[in-house]
Amino acid sequence: MRPFTYESPSSVLEATNPGHPDSAFIAGGTTIVDLMKLEVMKPPKVVDLNALPMRGIEMSPDGLRIGALEKMSDTAVHPEVAANYPVISEALLKSASAQIRNMASIGGNLLQRTRCGYFRDVNTPCNKREPGSGCPAIGGENRMHAILGTSSSCVATHASDLAVALVALEASVRLQSGASERLLTLDDFYLLPDGTPHQENQLLPGELITEIRVPRLPWATRSTYLKIRDRESYEFSLTSAAVALDVNGDQIRDARVAVGGVGTKPWNLPEVREALTGKPLTLETFVAAAKLAVAGAVPLKHNAFKIDLVQRTIIRALIKLGGLA
Amino acid sequence: MQLPADPPPDHEDGSSRREFIRRLAAISAGLTVAAPLGRAGTVTEKSNLQGEPPKTDGAEGLIEIILKVNGNTERLVVDPRVTLLDALRDRLDLMGTKKGCDRGTCGACTVHLDGRRVLSCLTLAVMAQGKKITTIEGLATGDELHPVQAAFIKCDGFQCGYCTPGQIMSAVACISEGHTGSDSEIREYMSGNLCRCGAYPNIVEAVKMAAAKMKGEVN
Ligand SMILES: Cc1cc2nc3c(=O)[nH]c(=O)nc-3n(C[C@H](O)[C@H](O)[C@H](O)COP(=O)(O)OP(=O)(O)OC[C@H]3O[C@@H](n4cnc5c(N)ncnc54)[C@H](O)[C@@H]3O)c2cc1C
Ligand code: FES
Ligand code: FES
Repeated sequence: MRPFTYESPSSVLEATNPGHPDSAFIAGGTTIVDLMKLEVMKPPKVVDLNALPMRGIEMSPDGLRIGALEKMSDTAVHPEVAANYPVISEALLKSASAQIRNMASIGGNLLQRTRCGYFRDVNTPCNKREPGSGCPAIGGENRMHAILGTSSSCVATHASDLAVALVALEASVRLQSGASERLLTLDDFYLLPDGTPHQENQLLPGELITEIRVPRLPWATRSTYLKIRDRESYEFSLTSAAVALDVNGDQIRDARVAVGGVGTKPWNLPEVREALTGKPLTLETFVAAAKLAVAGAVPLKHNAFKIDLVQRTIIRALIKLGGLA
Repeated sequence: MQLPADPPPDHEDGSSRREFIRRLAAISAGLTVAAPLGRAGTVTEKSNLQGEPPKTDGAEGLIEIILKVNGNTERLVVDPRVTLLDALRDRLDLMGTKKGCDRGTCGACTVHLDGRRVLSCLTLAVMAQGKKITTIEGLATGDELHPVQAAFIKCDGFQCGYCTPGQIMSAVACISEGHTGSDSEIREYMSGNLCRCGAYPNIVEAVKMAAAKMKGEVN
């Protein structure tokens, strides 16, 4: 680990004026301490966010607000979250381990870095870590990598489960730097790699995520997160689906669908949602809609299985929610 | 390849236990892709288990911290890079907490902060200030083992024992969180603790036995 200085400011104003362009925030530390040990991240200054007030989980007529410093564990079992948005609770409880969920913050979760082995190994090239150095995953080991949103520069997946649930629910992040604040949908917040995979999102240097806003969606009580992985627990996804379904008799009134493990960012699927809306609640509807998820998929040597797997993941989540099982 | 001997039992002196761990670290360094470890410089330089020379650069960046460990207040001067795991093991001689992966992937380093289980390898020591830190050494009451410790012995919840302190710290939390409703619930909520020896069935039994005892169902 490279040397750094440590500070623990008590106001957002102080924290967002860290005085060093390359300083880094730390919340739970479960991403950044790991990456500093690997020397993937080498901040000269680490700014601890834990004395800041960005906490609280509240439900209002507009929807849900989660302070960025809330822990994954506390958020998952919060009664309002569990009752109104099961997909959020399930995505969190299927993430990492009990210990890591006790440490990790919601804001940090959304900013965790890819688990691509080349990104994590400073002895190999990686365009995300060192722009212009190349992407060995494209012709190398790429079983865990993305099939959607990839470019000739980068094929790494975004690893957050929570983010998949949140883009499905059309959540936004509130950002703050100094006194200026802005609100972005999470879907817009994340960027595709294109030629600049080191720019993963719209966060400016020194800018904070202060809170997450999830719009009110009464029928999200019927929602779920299905995660398929190499082992049953404590593992990142091969594919995952965050799905909410609004059913009226044997008709689908509305839906929300996003997938994980397959995209270079959490992958929202408005086209699948449209293909479900107004259709009969049948397996045929599900199969036809899920096909649209992979319309633009570009498989690599080791991950073509994800094309089928992600469709089946969506279909199985829909079967469960639609009560067809 | 020579495998390490079983860890000496707890009553043996720290130096032989350290020797065991040193040997284990040497062996695992040969097995895994060992990335440079973030051992930071400390004021009183102690032998470095990983063989990396202690860093002395940035000595002006040392900070004084106060940790409350197992009821004791400890004052340390550390580099901000020092993890809670390294502070416990290398500075406070609390060798019960184990370093497995040092990357958050194994659970061997599990300790409690204010009663919640966390990974000490991904916690900066400076950030554990003001919290009540409990390690495996702080679990027993005098000579009386904690019910989870007793249950691990009774159920043979280990083979080599390397993962055991982390398993036990995790199990204590798993029980207090109320996640012992079924075998599968125990397995899910204990999944953050890997066991290379595959003692999982007996670990589940130990958690069940301790949970029952702590609920007062069994004497
Ligand atoms: C072994 C292991 C398994 C895991 N498995 C999963 C899994 O299955 N699913 C999953 O989703 N995740 C998984 N994770 C990732 C884990 O969820 C993240 O590491 C964690 O959520 C990050 O949160 P943190 O608070 O610890 O972030 P930190 O490490 O403190 O910070 C992460 C990054 O975000 C920045 N940051 C943090 N908070 C803010 C803020 N409020 N504003 C601006 N910047 C900020 C930091 O500067 C840093 O760059 C796993 C991690 C490990 C180590
Ligand atoms: S040593 Fe901390 S999780 Fe492995
Ligand atoms: S008892 Fe050997 S690793 Fe678990």
